[in-house]
Amino acid sequence: MLKKTLGALALTSALVATQSVADGHQIDLSGKTVEWIIPFSETGGSAKWANFYAPLLSEALPGNPTVVVTFNPGAGSTKGANAFQEMEYEDGTTIFGSSGSTQFPYLLSDPRVRYEYSDWNVVLASGTGGVAYLPPELSAQLGDGGDASALKGEDFIYGSQGATRLDLVPLLAWEMLGLQVEPVFGIEGRGDGRLMFERGEANIDYQTSSSFLSGVTPLVEAGTAAPWFSFGALDADGNIVRDPTFPDMPTFKEVCEATEGCETSGEQWDAWKAFFVAGFPAQKMVFLPAGAPDNAIATFTVAFAAIQERDDFAEISKARLGVYPQLTGDAAQTAMASATDVPQEAKDFVINWLSDRYGVVLQ
Amino acid sequence: MEVFATALPALSDAFAMILQPHVIGYLILGVVMGLCIGVFPGLGGIAGLSLLLPFMFGMEPVTGLALMVGMVAVVPTSDTFASVLMGIPGSSASQATVLDGFPMAKKGQAARALSAAFASSLFGGLVGAAFLTVFILAARPIVLLFQTPELLMITIFGLSMVGILAGRVALKGLVAACLGILVGTIGEGASSGALRMSTYDMPYLVDGLKLVIVGLGIFAIPEIVALLRRDKAISDRAPLGGGWAAGVKDWWANKWLSVRCSLIGVVVGVIPGLGGSVVDWIAYGHTVQTAKDKSGFGSGDVRGVIGPESSNNAKEGGGLVPTLLFGIPGSGSMAIFISAVALLGTGSIEVGPSMLKNNLDFTYAIVWLLALANVAGTIICIAASGGIAKLTEIRFALLAPFLFMIIAFAAFQSRQEIWDLVALFGIGLLGILMRRFDWSRPAFLIGFVLAAPAERYTNQAYQIGASRFRRGFEEGIDYIFSPIVIVLIIITLLSVVIGLRQAKNIQAEGTVAAGSKRAPVVFLLAITAYIALTYWNAAIIPDFARMDRVFPVFVATVALIGCALLLVQMMRADETSAIFADREAEGADDNVHGLWATLGWFASLLVASALVGFILALAGFLLLFIRLRAGKSWGYAAIYTAVGIAFICAMAWTLNRDFPPGLLQAYFDLPWPLT
Repeated sequence: MLKKTLGALALTSALVATQSVADGHQIDLSGKTVEWIIPFSETGGSAKWANFYAPLLSEALPGNPTVVVTFNPGAGSTKGANAFQEMEYEDGTTIFGSSGSTQFPYLLSDPRVRYEYSDWNVVLASGTGGVAYLPPELSAQLGDGGDASALKGEDFIYGSQGATRLDLVPLLAWEMLGLQVEPVFGIEGRGDGRLMFERGEANIDYQTSSSFLSGVTPLVEAGTAAPWFSFGALDADGNIVRDPTFPDMPTFKEVCEATEGCETSGEQWDAWKAFFVAGFPAQKMVFLPAGAPDNAIATFTVAFAAIQERDDFAEISKARLGVYPQLTGDAAQTAMASATDVPQEAKDFVINWLSDRYGVVLQ
Repeated sequence: MEVFATALPALSDAFAMILQPHVIGYLILGVVMGLCIGVFPGLGGIAGLSLLLPFMFGMEPVTGLALMVGMVAVVPTSDTFASVLMGIPGSSASQATVLDGFPMAKKGQAARALSAAFASSLFGGLVGAAFLTVFILAARPIVLLFQTPELLMITIFGLSMVGILAGRVALKGLVAACLGILVGTIGEGASSGALRMSTYDMPYLVDGLKLVIVGLGIFAIPEIVALLRRDKAISDRAPLGGGWAAGVKDWWANKWLSVRCSLIGVVVGVIPGLGGSVVDWIAYGHTVQTAKDKSGFGSGDVRGVIGPESSNNAKEGGGLVPTLLFGIPGSGSMAIFISAVALLGTGSIEVGPSMLKNNLDFTYAIVWLLALANVAGTIICIAASGGIAKLTEIRFALLAPFLFMIIAFAAFQSRQEIWDLVALFGIGLLGILMRRFDWSRPAFLIGFVLAAPAERYTNQAYQIGASRFRRGFEEGIDYIFSPIVIVLIIITLLSVVIGLRQAKNIQAEGTVAAGSKRAPVVFLLAITAYIALTYWNAAIIPDFARMDRVFPVFVATVALIGCALLLVQMMRADETSAIFADREAEGADDNVHGLWATLGWFASLLVASALVGFILALAGFLLLFIRLRAGKSWGYAAIYTAVGIAFICAMAWTLNRDFPPGLLQAYFDLPWPLT
């Protein structure tokens, strides 16, 4: 049922997009300044992502407006998102970049959330993946296909940014595999988690794909870290398949199947998958505010699509974004829908799990 | 030898890259931009780098690097102007400079203090670069030795500097530091997200207060208000001869101090996680401890400028190590630096572990661009210092509105909410009272800066240590008491003992006469009440979030014991005791204006901003202040206002920032800059 609605939705929006472009009704932004609001500080991953796209977007939009990235951090991005919710479309000079940290509080009914994704108009959805890795001596104990059974007696330490953040996905994964993992909270970024691993204080970690490529690959080459599994990627039908960036690594699903006691069906698995889908394959999205007309949506959609048509896009984006789909148009709609439409059972499961396991109560 | 075999060719490649006319040109452009931004307190390198980002895309890597490094390198140089001339800490890097630099400016030695500071900065920058050239190849394993217990010990060592800066009554210093820590814990706990002294109904407090606001509030506002009340120029006498040359001579006479403090700067800067915001305090503490004659510190000893300034530029070099080697930014500006490097060229250079292996020449280019930028920046600053120092001879009533404008704008960059200004005003009031009753403001600030790392590392070391102990007693002990930790414990103990023995001689903020009993007691009771409230507020955090409870409860307990002892002392001591220090008693003759009337001006700017937005409020404030308080003609006031508004608008427009909106803006859509 859900899928059908999504399909219909995607179809309509694709139709609308192509029609208005065909009519030549693009909005002209010449001489204007497009403000790209990032609800995080200048120093985070979202800033990197927006700074990568901003100059390209300026070139691709009709009239070559200046594109500036502005930062409105606070309350783990809910402040900036709440502010964006209050805005109405004026002339297409305001766009908003959300992240997984904006999605999760929304899904977990955080009391601070006053925004509603379905009011906004998505024009780009950028995906990413994640890779879990271990010290080599622990990795050597893994069974066939990444079977974690032999590690169940190990005392694991994991540097975490907080159980309600994106770290929810790996934390739940460790638990499903039956590992005894104690999260050490209060680190400021995943880079600090990697440093904790390098210092030998943490003995399990994960990084998003681009950070894994730049930060952990040298450790793997030096023999001080060993990759275990990727979280995987979604195929067109919504199945978890191997991550195209790491085709040789098993996915979490494969590891779970190989490990006794870990189920790839049932309530726990559905919750994990739902939050993985919400946090990774459509991690960062660009929105126009509520009330944006179709021609404005089409203009930005076409611009973001054009950026990916650039000859040098593969080359310049590889290090910054990893090899992940940068979805526009109907595909972005679908991605947003699957990232923000988590079944109620999955939400309830995670909310209960957070309160039982970590004492986190979302008032 | 192998090291040199790889290093030398890369080093010569690096110099070939740097020493091209257009690269030097971009470097100097970056330096000039950095100086212009650094001069304004509270803006710092983050604003400047964000400004450059759009131009980085596709730029030739070396030129782009030159531009950025030029800017980053000189911000800790030029922020010295605000610290020395106005007593306003320009950035976290020059807080300690205020202690002796500003009294020197008051004594008419502004140019001397500035040039001593710049010479030390230059030297520190060069020491940093030279050290890095060798060290960066061997740094990785050494940096990795600094695990959480070591980081915790360094944080505690930083806190032990409170011992030296505590002032005449050590207990007051201790309570001030605890108060700083408690203010630093306001907001969401890092561990379990429990709220401390805040509610979700006031979202502003949930994220905690920012260093910019606390730094400006605790140091700048009290000084500005105090100067305004005297209604003279900052410098109370004619400038002394010698000017900038005297400062350079001072530096030369203390070159070994400068070397030591530079090394402190590099070493602390290298360690990721501390961000170097305490480097200048540690350097200041070291300077005081190793000096023979300590009587002049706090009232304008040039060594108190040389020490911290040598360390803060060296720190920038040290901070490059975690940035370049691990891809982990040591500070906010370094984080932007990382993302900007990725924009350069085709994006083939990635800051992080692979950089040393694949782009050693680039790594060296960055290190030496940093050194070159320091040289260029220092020369420009020394050349300008004589002229800029004349600011201290202007009647302060004409300078103050301008400073209020800049400070309010800088504070507003913290969160871009009107609450930024409220917080600034609140902390400013606390600062004024602490200054009046001679409570150590440096101790408060050190506590504030180190609150977050102290809590974080305590919790993490406890958690990881517990896990190690579960594996085996020996493993746990090895983890907690590593050789580095033991050495740090010894250094800390020595520093506390020496500090306490000497603290009475060091009046970091000058001497203060004692007044009547009532006012100091009331202030102590108010502080005790706040700390008790904090204690209660933390104690009710439920068990599942106990990691967020332990630290504030512990600190509040220590502070409450301190307050109790102070009360007992106050009951026993007579009125002339140092414990009853009250500046109102001594300053009565100098002050032509009352405290509350002066503060009222600033409060009115705040209230008007909340009603009609910052720019309209500012226009009214400038006009009325210059006419009524400074007593100039309406025409003069109008021109002053126009220039001020034009200036702040130009700055906001360049940096692409908005101004705080008020109630008016909620009902009407006004064009920029009135929005």
